[in-house]
Amino acid sequence: MIELKDVYKTYTRKGISNEALKGIQLKVEKGDIFGVIGYSGAGKSTLIRLVNYLERPTKGQVFVEGHDLGAYSVKELRAAKKNIGMIFQHFNLLESKKVFDNVAIPLVLLKKNKNEIRERVLELLKFVGLGDKAGSYPSELSGGQKQRVGIARALASNPSILLCDEATSALDPQTTRSILQLLKQINAEYNITVMIITHEMSVIQEICNKVAVMEEGRIIEQGSVLEVFGHPKHPTTQNFVKTVIQNSITNSVLKSLKTEPGSQLYKLELVGQCASEPIIYQMIRSYDVKVNILFANMTEIQETTLGKMIIQLNGEATEVNNALSFLKNNGVGVEGVEKHVFNYSYS
Amino acid sequence: MFSTTVTADQFMQAITDTLYMVGMSLFVGALIGIPFGILLVVTRPGGVLESKWLYSILNPVINIIRSLPFIILLVAIVPFTRLIVHTSIGTSAAIVPLIIYIAPYIGRLVENSLLEVNPGILEAAEAMGATPFQVIWYFLLPEAIGSLILSLTTATIGLIGATAMAGTVGGGGVGDLAIVYGHQRFDTVVVVATVIILVIFVQGIQSLGNTLARKIRRY
Repeated sequence: MIELKDVYKTYTRKGISNEALKGIQLKVEKGDIFGVIGYSGAGKSTLIRLVNYLERPTKGQVFVEGHDLGAYSVKELRAAKKNIGMIFQHFNLLESKKVFDNVAIPLVLLKKNKNEIRERVLELLKFVGLGDKAGSYPSELSGGQKQRVGIARALASNPSILLCDEATSALDPQTTRSILQLLKQINAEYNITVMIITHEMSVIQEICNKVAVMEEGRIIEQGSVLEVFGHPKHPTTQNFVKTVIQNSITNSVLKSLKTEPGSQLYKLELVGQCASEPIIYQMIRSYDVKVNILFANMTEIQETTLGKMIIQLNGEATEVNNALSFLKNNGVGVEGVEKHVFNYSYS
Repeated sequence: MFSTTVTADQFMQAITDTLYMVGMSLFVGALIGIPFGILLVVTRPGGVLESKWLYSILNPVINIIRSLPFIILLVAIVPFTRLIVHTSIGTSAAIVPLIIYIAPYIGRLVENSLLEVNPGILEAAEAMGATPFQVIWYFLLPEAIGSLILSLTTATIGLIGATAMAGTVGGGGVGDLAIVYGHQRFDTVVVVATVIILVIFVQGIQSLGNTLARKIRRY
């Protein structure tokens, strides 16, 4: 669907070159909601602009629907762009035109006839929930409404891909959620592949099924959101995950925590089904161990529950080992940790 | 003390001449200057029709014409004027140098107006697969229209000033009246009267421009 093969992008200004992208390998399948996350300057804006060739790669190839964009003529490229909608952080609407005319522009460029344009625009405005705003100017709308106009405009030419460049970064949390729901609906109803770049992990959590984490022009981690959220490997990824999933003992608990001889801390991970079973209860009933729950958190990602727990176990070595085996046999991820791991941690 | 040798008819003639010179040269100047301004924006590095050679010719040419004082330009292009209007004196003869004076100025003003357009809008246009012509016609010009009107207002007022010098080639007009009858013959009444007329002109044009810009913007 979308594939970037060993893509490099270098900007040269006044003899100083700056490598924005360094060997990007990326594949987005049809129907995906693919998130790209990274801090400012990681190269995510450049990355998304390669997909509709607003930026040309210095090296490497960009394939959309199996076609190498670099092999297209200027004319063919323009035609290909009509298949790729794009929305922006600052909406980029024409302030001098009414909402209706803003949404109509892609159709006017396609030289559609007036009746057809009218019908399609009104249908789109209704779909994005702005059926009554056709005659308003963008300056009369709120941020969320402007982004809805942007979305309607991006969908006007019936694209199969929608690119979202920090589309919710200028919106408040509640409006962000409603825009994300709209994107999810577009993905589901029209089977449009959505690619989102963001610096907010909550956006990824809310709607993406796949994610790539970028740092300094490279993708440092990618995979299904559940995988990456469950087992973030790279420190940057871990920092991002921490912003939505708390995964550490709070400082006050940590301070009063007594480390008795024979006691040990464990990190537990419960995914899907095992998160809804009374596993801790069963463990306490079956084995002679003292359980102290120091931290517990449940998050839903992609309609799957992801549970994180930190417990302290105290008891005979054999009983503790049996209890741990019981947990593992029930599909719980178990990892022994030392108390000092939690010192100076993000809280 | 408050006597003058200039008749009301002469005043009327001067006003008509000024309006004629300003109107004609503004019209033709805009016809030349607006495309120049657009070209300056689209051919510059990063523009939708980026063209290094065209931009590097246009840009200095406009600067050179704009650095010539109008009075020098007026005299220097007399042969060219004669070629175009078959005379080198009179109101029509003044129009040719006025056009050459104002067209590059309008080009520069139009360039500034167009550069004010939010680059994000051009990016959106490009993402939609718009052709360069479509970018100009559907995105750039509509977004800049209010600012363009104000630019033309500024150009018009600049023209009124320039017409005062048109007397050098017998162009007539209000400014010429002020210089020849008022200043050179110490006729205070003429000086005051012409100044008042010019102030009314300038005020009127500026208000008109502001109103039009506000109406068209509507946002």
